[in-house]
Amino acid sequence: MAEKKIKIIVAKPGLDGHDRGAKLLARIFAEAGMEVVYTGLRQTPEMIVETALQEDADVVGLSSLSGVHNYFFPRVVQLLKEKGLNNVMVVGGGIIPNEDIPALKEAGVAGIFGPGTATNQIVEFIQKNVSASQ
Amino acid sequence: MFDEKDLEKIKKSKEKWEQGPLGKVLSKGGEQKEVFTSISGTPIERLYTPCDVGDLDYERDLSFPAEFPYTRGVQPTMYRGRYWTMRQYAGFGNAKESNARYRYLLQQGQTGLSVAFDLPTQAGYDSDHPLSMGEVGKVGVAIDSIEDMRVLFDHIPLDKVTTSMTINAPASVLLAMYLAIAEEQGVSYEKVGGTVQNDVLKEIICRGQYIFPPRPTMRLTVDLIDYCMKNVPKWNTISISGYHIREAGSTAAQEVAFTIANGIAYVQACLDRGMNVDDFGPRLSFFFNAFTNVIEEVAKFRAARRYWARVMKDRFGAKNPRSMMMRYHVQTGGVTLTAQQPLNNVVRVALQAYAAALGGCQSLHTNSYDEALCLPTEGSVTVALRTQQVVAEESGATLSIDPLAGSYYVEAMTNKIEAEVDQYIQKIDAMGGTLAAIEQGYIQKEIQDSSYRFQKEIESGDRVYVGINAYTMEEEPPTNLLKVDMKVGEIEAEKLKKLRSERDAAAWQKALDRLRQVSQTEENVMPAVIDAVKARATVGEISNVWREIYGEYRPKEFI
Repeated sequence: MAEKKIKIIVAKPGLDGHDRGAKLLARIFAEAGMEVVYTGLRQTPEMIVETALQEDADVVGLSSLSGVHNYFFPRVVQLLKEKGLNNVMVVGGGIIPNEDIPALKEAGVAGIFGPGTATNQIVEFIQKNVSASQ
Repeated sequence: MFDEKDLEKIKKSKEKWEQGPLGKVLSKGGEQKEVFTSISGTPIERLYTPCDVGDLDYERDLSFPAEFPYTRGVQPTMYRGRYWTMRQYAGFGNAKESNARYRYLLQQGQTGLSVAFDLPTQAGYDSDHPLSMGEVGKVGVAIDSIEDMRVLFDHIPLDKVTTSMTINAPASVLLAMYLAIAEEQGVSYEKVGGTVQNDVLKEIICRGQYIFPPRPTMRLTVDLIDYCMKNVPKWNTISISGYHIREAGSTAAQEVAFTIANGIAYVQACLDRGMNVDDFGPRLSFFFNAFTNVIEEVAKFRAARRYWARVMKDRFGAKNPRSMMMRYHVQTGGVTLTAQQPLNNVVRVALQAYAAALGGCQSLHTNSYDEALCLPTEGSVTVALRTQQVVAEESGATLSIDPLAGSYYVEAMTNKIEAEVDQYIQKIDAMGGTLAAIEQGYIQKEIQDSSYRFQKEIESGDRVYVGINAYTMEEEPPTNLLKVDMKVGEIEAEKLKKLRSERDAAAWQKALDRLRQVSQTEENVMPAVIDAVKARATVGEISNVWREIYGEYRPKEFI
């Protein structure tokens, strides 16, 4: 398929206000040629999925630093499925202990990126896996 | 500080040195980098000499501790009189668990409390609100009503300890609960000491725990300042915070500049209310970050004190020296911690605490080495507290006041940061003030640009960060992380149900009606808030009254 831009929703689920990483990545994704929608703070899983639907997104990127990833990330995956958005890839990042990663992947989160991850690794992961599914 | 002729001589000698011994070495292979910069991106000279601080006037720019412009500190004896307050920010789960942690910390020699509230409390939602799902008790303690507050301070005498509360948009509600508990303990308002953060502007700029739009939320801020000025004289009514600005990615100079810009906005709002600058000025306090570059941080603290003193005196006409003295809390830099090789963080925190001490802080929180992974465990919190004790007792930083003063490097950096701060303040004034600058996204964008620059430096390898882009190694994933029980949310919701069924419904309704009525006039809301919490109204219910009247803040996002 010809150069279709990857469309990514960068979202902050819950009440967490730490958005340095989310905003930084939004900028980096745009520079890497993706089309980016940043939701801002205080998003419920329903709001995020609605945005993904409206925007016809390829990827949803979730950022959480308040320890609520185990609740929010699987919930977003589940709601996407319920809306029939099975092709939307979900990735996540933030303060996420290693021991939580297997369960998140099991729940359908494609990639988890912890503190200190180089942003180009995240970009490459998204580009590789989205183009593979298209 | 130097004679013109001496400076001329030094300048000539320096040129000779540059052409001679230095030139020889440079011609053979140069230095490790073309340009050396601080972590804020500020270019750093190879060598500082009197020529770099030639126009420094000792009496005008440095003076003596507790004398204008307070560059050298705000107390005449500083740490020779008493150390800074060792105050570790803590709180998680329910009030009972947090109370146990506080009592443990006090037993270990901590001298003041610092309450971390969970996000629902900070955002003005009760534990059973849909937006609280998953968040209850996570990053701080869940407080819904005065019942929780009573448990939180059980067996902690509020006339003996001072308490800092990180609470902003609903600050008046939590302060009201604290005062009510003090009253129950038989402690009068005059004896109660502590701080509420109450800095809503930086929530809007970068921390995200806002509720109401900027202008009405400022009204609540000023109400609290005004009420405490008249009734709770030992309370620090606001903690104007650069900490989170730095965490969000700013440089050291931006941290000071935007904090002082916010400070100017609060002072102006109080003056617009008809208050006298010397009545409320002495109770304003500040909160800064400390990164690992000790020299830059020390210069930052000194520049901040000096600039604020000049603002209060020259801009606002303060007469009382205490209005001009910038007193501040420091927390070591959360974003400087790495999840990789977490024990290295002990060293970072030690250097940062050392910088805070050399810079003259009034209180300090040292982060725990495991905080890039989770909330700190009791073991890691103890190491963090001991770090402060080592700095205080062993490092020598406390022996002499403002020990780095007079270093050409430190004085030149202090001047440079102050000049940068002044440029920002002038620019923000020209934009129509802090609120206008925030509404236009100017401050947010400046911070984001710095955050982006830093990330690019790390990823290009221009800046080495140990364990991230250099000196990396394979390691076992850490274990023994602190986990907050997901059940806290359910338990708190149950407690709320019980509270709502048991409280005196008529008294509760009357108190909320009164609050609603007062909030629509220009009368100070604090007495009505105190009555409402005593009638067992919750944080969420009180916040909802204001949501109805003032609306909710929805930011424009600036990427």
